[in-house]
Amino acid sequence: MECVFGLVGNGFAIVAADTSAVHSILLHKNNEDKIMVLDSHKLVAASGEPGDRVQFTEYVQKNVSLYKFRNGIPLTTAAAANFTRGELATALRKNPYSVNILMAGYDNESGASLYYIDYIATLHKVDKGAFGYGSYFSLSTMDRHYRSDMSVEEAIELVDKCILEIRSRLVIAPPNFVIKIVDKDGARDYAWRQSVKDVTTAVV
Amino acid sequence: EKEEVRLDFPPSHRRRLYLVLSLPSTFPDFSSVRKSSKLYSENPKFPMSIFEYNGSAVVAMVGKNCFAIASDRRLGVQLQTIATDFQRISKIHDRVFIGLSGLATDVQTLYQRLVFRHKLYQLREERDMKPETFASLVSAILYEKRFGPYLCQPVIAGLGDDNKPFICTMDSIGAKELAKDFVVSGTASESLYGACEAMYKPDMEAEELFETISQALLSSVDRDCLSGWGGHVYIVTPTEIKERILKGRMD
Repeated sequence: MECVFGLVGNGFAIVAADTSAVHSILLHKNNEDKIMVLDSHKLVAASGEPGDRVQFTEYVQKNVSLYKFRNGIPLTTAAAANFTRGELATALRKNPYSVNILMAGYDNESGASLYYIDYIATLHKVDKGAFGYGSYFSLSTMDRHYRSDMSVEEAIELVDKCILEIRSRLVIAPPNFVIKIVDKDGARDYAWRQSVKDVTTAVV
Repeated sequence: EKEEVRLDFPPSHRRRLYLVLSLPSTFPDFSSVRKSSKLYSENPKFPMSIFEYNGSAVVAMVGKNCFAIASDRRLGVQLQTIATDFQRISKIHDRVFIGLSGLATDVQTLYQRLVFRHKLYQLREERDMKPETFASLVSAILYEKRFGPYLCQPVIAGLGDDNKPFICTMDSIGAKELAKDFVVSGTASESLYGACEAMYKPDMEAEELFETISQALLSSVDRDCLSGWGGHVYIVTPTEIKERILKGRMD
């Protein structure tokens, strides 16, 4: 099952997601990037039905860019999160999207923030959040070790603890994870944690 | 695919009617909620009610020229707690508050719609809405969605023009229930009825009202696994609004 989790530290926010693309019992690929860079200072980690996940996050990304082009300034993280919730809420009673989202962002005025957005459009600003079966392990681990204002190194240690917990205790644990960070310098890849590398196909 | 939802109708003489409805297929697909629910897999004869998905407890009480409105702070997804600082009570204007229990997404949507409608009213009428008027507005908005309702039960509390406190609650399709003493809603409503009935007395001053409503709230949510993690209490008098956070059993 898809594991997505994230936390807020001292002037940064980190999100981690598993990277397996699964269809029933088959693993299509294990390097699928589920954390989309929404704009220069925002990340969206999404889990849920694959089609909806890609379509909906791209839709949000394009609308966020459109706002920036039209108005000359980018949206704040709170505004982008509320826009996302509005879209999910409008679609909820027509044709709902089955996507759970963790939106992390950095604003100069309000610092780093993390928003938890359920597939039924429940929005809440959190310090740590998680979705999926992995949340049962990662949320408890974060509850135990999280402090506000952690440094990047401490936060990555905590993320690694969560990944270790998921790998050792979840029956169909995803083998690989991607970790991305957003701070005043922007949203970027931080690291991959791979225990199984994709086998490259032979050139024919 | 049919979805079963329990609609709670307002109590008469403290007895409650339950109606199980089969809603048309245009209802949002919450079947994935049921399939992933621990309760469903263990006991398929008792479907999880959608009103119990997030967990909530809201209560309002009348005092002497003042009122109190309180809620719990837990935001959960069935058995898992997501956050312990969720705001269920919102200020519409200085003399009217609304507390919404039930499904959190509808709590947020409904709150946004009501604030919008009140702001429009303020622009047109150049004054704030009376609590009775606001309650009628909420009732109308809820009944608009009669066959695909917002899954919330609001609790409205306000001070009228003559500083007379007004409280009311309604079910998810807008059936108003006015009360002279207290109103409750949420997953902990049964416990809240009992606690409030025992602890309430008429014409309490603000400080005593605060003590009473806090004790009633905390003791009731302690008996409900889906609500709790502290309390949020607003005491509103004609001159001031006092907001307090309660620390209770954090579990």
